[in-house]
Amino acid sequence: MRFGIAVFPGTWSDRDCAHAVGLDGHQAVMLWHKDRELHGVDCVILPGGFSYGDYLRCGAVARFAPLMESVADFARRGGLVWGICNGFQILCEAHLLPGALLRNASLQFRCAPAWLRVDTTESPFTASCRVGDVLQIPVSHGEGRYVADQATLDQLEREERVLFRYTRPDGGPVGAASPNGSLRDIAGIVNHDGNVLGMMPHPERACEPLLGSADGMRLFRSVARSMEREGTAAGVG
Amino acid sequence: MAVSGAAAPAQLPDAGVLAEVALSADEYRLAVRRLERAPSEVELGVIGALWSEHCGYKTSKPLLGRLPTRGPGVLQGPGENAGAVDIGEGLAVVFKIESHNHPSAIEPYQGAATGVGGILRDVFTMGARPVALLDSLRFGPHDEPRQRWLCDGVVAGIGGYGNCIGVPTVGGEIYFDDSYRHNCLVNAMCVGVIEHSRLTRASAAGPGNPVLLVGADTGRDGIHGATFASVELDESSEERRPAVQVGNPFLEKCLMEACLELAGDPRVVAVQDLGAAGLASSTAELAHRGGCGIEVDVAQVSRRERGMTAYEVMLSESQERMLLVVQAGAEDAVRAVFDRWDLHSDIVGRITDTARLVVRDGDAVVCDLPLEMLIDEVPLRHPASRPPAATPALLAHDPLAERPPWPAGEALLRLLGSPNIGSRRPIFRRYDHQVGDDTVIAPGADAALLRIKETSLALALTTDGNARYGVLDPRRGAAIAVAEAARNLSALGAEPVAVTNCLNFGNPEKPEVFWQLQQAVEGMSEACEALGTPVVSGNVSLYNDTTGVSIDPTPVIGMVGRLEDARRHVRAALAAPGDSVALVGPIAAELGGSEYQRLAHAVNAGPRPELDLGLEARVQALVRAAVAAGLLHSAHDCAEGGLAVALAESAILGGLGCRLELAEAEASGPPSQGAGILFGESQSRFVISYSGESALQLAQLAQEHRVPFRVLGTVGGDRIVIGQIVDVSLADARTAYDDALTGPATATVGHG
Repeated sequence: MRFGIAVFPGTWSDRDCAHAVGLDGHQAVMLWHKDRELHGVDCVILPGGFSYGDYLRCGAVARFAPLMESVADFARRGGLVWGICNGFQILCEAHLLPGALLRNASLQFRCAPAWLRVDTTESPFTASCRVGDVLQIPVSHGEGRYVADQATLDQLEREERVLFRYTRPDGGPVGAASPNGSLRDIAGIVNHDGNVLGMMPHPERACEPLLGSADGMRLFRSVARSMEREGTAAGVG
Repeated sequence: MAVSGAAAPAQLPDAGVLAEVALSADEYRLAVRRLERAPSEVELGVIGALWSEHCGYKTSKPLLGRLPTRGPGVLQGPGENAGAVDIGEGLAVVFKIESHNHPSAIEPYQGAATGVGGILRDVFTMGARPVALLDSLRFGPHDEPRQRWLCDGVVAGIGGYGNCIGVPTVGGEIYFDDSYRHNCLVNAMCVGVIEHSRLTRASAAGPGNPVLLVGADTGRDGIHGATFASVELDESSEERRPAVQVGNPFLEKCLMEACLELAGDPRVVAVQDLGAAGLASSTAELAHRGGCGIEVDVAQVSRRERGMTAYEVMLSESQERMLLVVQAGAEDAVRAVFDRWDLHSDIVGRITDTARLVVRDGDAVVCDLPLEMLIDEVPLRHPASRPPAATPALLAHDPLAERPPWPAGEALLRLLGSPNIGSRRPIFRRYDHQVGDDTVIAPGADAALLRIKETSLALALTTDGNARYGVLDPRRGAAIAVAEAARNLSALGAEPVAVTNCLNFGNPEKPEVFWQLQQAVEGMSEACEALGTPVVSGNVSLYNDTTGVSIDPTPVIGMVGRLEDARRHVRAALAAPGDSVALVGPIAAELGGSEYQRLAHAVNAGPRPELDLGLEARVQALVRAAVAAGLLHSAHDCAEGGLAVALAESAILGGLGCRLELAEAEASGPPSQGAGILFGESQSRFVISYSGESALQLAQLAQEHRVPFRVLGTVGGDRIVIGQIVDVSLADARTAYDDALTGPATATVGHG
């Protein structure tokens, strides 16, 4: 499989994502922000970082990058787009996902282990998980508090588009231990068609037991397995 | 060559002019004699900057020669932007620590942020990708609101820069003490990794080669930063806020990626970052290292604001700038790399064979100085040296004769709740400590551990320093800093490799301070020699005084260790019920300089802990051997708070209690005998745990290494029990430990 990894100036999880993708022998293709070419990749990852410095709202400048036109087009045609951390922020700014990511409730940056409960496996991103699985995947962000209006939140739940919620390690409600105070403890959501995922936690940092958790690998494997089964790439590449 | 703006030679400039460039009248006269004319305005600024303590080490240079800087693995010792040491597999680790104390005392966020930015540049200038940052911080008492404000600003600044640029902050240390109330310390360390063949030096070559200035435009920020760092702070220091630079981590991220793309490229002859004293020092040092001369035209330098003089352009400390010497003809190709990252570059000059620094402003020559004079002929100061008069009285104090104010269990909880001991999580969770995907052991342990991808290797990293011992005996204090840093690395199983140091001291023109500095360098040298860890880079921060009061002598050690197999490490946390707990190293009752003494008696007096460097080396070798043989389930070094705190920390981290016996703590003796055994900070010790089947082998190993080995008890339960004198619940211990840095500010003495 070929994972395209977007590189904006200020992106820093690009190399981590490439490393994670390589662990299972998949190919990482770096996609430069000034280019429009996606090089026929099967899935586009928008990685973490501070794109263009994020001196404005996070992701607000990146959405205008030439690359993002191609990514939006790719997404419209059903291609898998996976926004992680800053990538999630960019997807919200680009209106490929609803809602917004505000300053953490603590008003501070948080880098810490987090536990995510998988709420649906009817998604190419979680196909290798089971509903209720608790994945240990770290967060590292200053602006990850997911917000949207009530109607949007209800719709997300109704359509089973909340893939991940912050929980306690035992799967119980996270309560005050939430890393950012997201509404309804939302950690990751997909778009209406289910092919665009945004999540604040960093699965690429949880792919090897040596680093404390390999749970993130299950998401990369889900994507790979879905692609193999569906051959979506042929349709949109 | 006629230099414009030169004054008449006989005339001594205004005292204000000399003060601005931090030169004495004698130093000015020396410059005039050397030049056989009066220096121009620009020349005076350049001389002042390069002869400052910060750039020229005019006080510390004669002492620093004592430090051991050679070793079999050393690829680059002091004198470059950072040190470099071989770690095998064709790789080198590149690292350095540097202070940003004065800027942080005035403007904590930007002072700390630009400290991080500067140390990152030192490492990627050499072509190495930065893989880790560490920070050693000192503030006044934690219960004072102003100190919290400073601490919060510094932590935010470190995170703001490091998180944005995407280099993990994996460790460091923080202490609160009266001594730093008016002069906080912010030391930042950066560690990078590179293939030997790509190591880039900052040594110019090839007369005629163009000089490229890349990155940020040049503004008026930070003018005289180097000289500002070389004088004492006083009430007017707040007005010097313009001398503090403002950081742009996004720009530096782009600069870093572009420079790393060019690392090892033969078209790039040399790279030098712009730090203290900006273009003045970077051009001079770059050319002088290569035995060349250099000529720059300030008119070619892109400016952030109009009307800047040549003087301001040369001395600006605008951040995120880099100087490159490029092969003639390769300018366009090299500039294309920077263009791709949307970075501005100017050709500002060329390398010459004159051994002079010539600065033009268009057609006018405004500076023409011999490089030898600027760098090799820095007028050294040899201040008087004298031990502080109060020291003998301090040393005569007998801490064991004091009556303990608390039972041992309560003392343990108070120590765990001390801001100098308790959990650092409220700080390190604000730093991205994982980006890069290499962090095996995150902050909160004895040392951080980072694996190196595509190898089996890992790097262990730590910073250490304890000024309380230094007050009593600066020589021993510095040696202990080295020993403890090495112990932190050995606790994981890593072999200490090399050292970077930051010497934070007061005004060396005071004989007592200079004596402390001399003693500390001696102690540091002795310990580095004994433990086989050469000093490959470092920084000196003097004049840490405010309104005449000096900080306690604070040598900070940054140390890098190497682990052959990243998987073969242990942590500090107790691992399994039923395991045995043992102490490796001596049992003694030494309370002088301890955290217990500060909390219980609010003094720092008495004999400082003993340090037998031979025993230290053997104890550490034993622990490393035991880790390598897979015999240990945990290892934790005994530091502040002594044996009892080390045991409690291992218990808290592992979520497991322990039941131990320590007869010496209950034996009859002077009033504080028990406290001394439990909380004294005797050196060369580890608390370890292991399963029963390893016991025999461990005891044998200890005997082979001639190291005291004492079984204390077993892991289990939910209480920490030591004989009849300590019995606290794990939950209480954890609460005290976790809340140490989050409790409310209680003191009302705000501004100072």
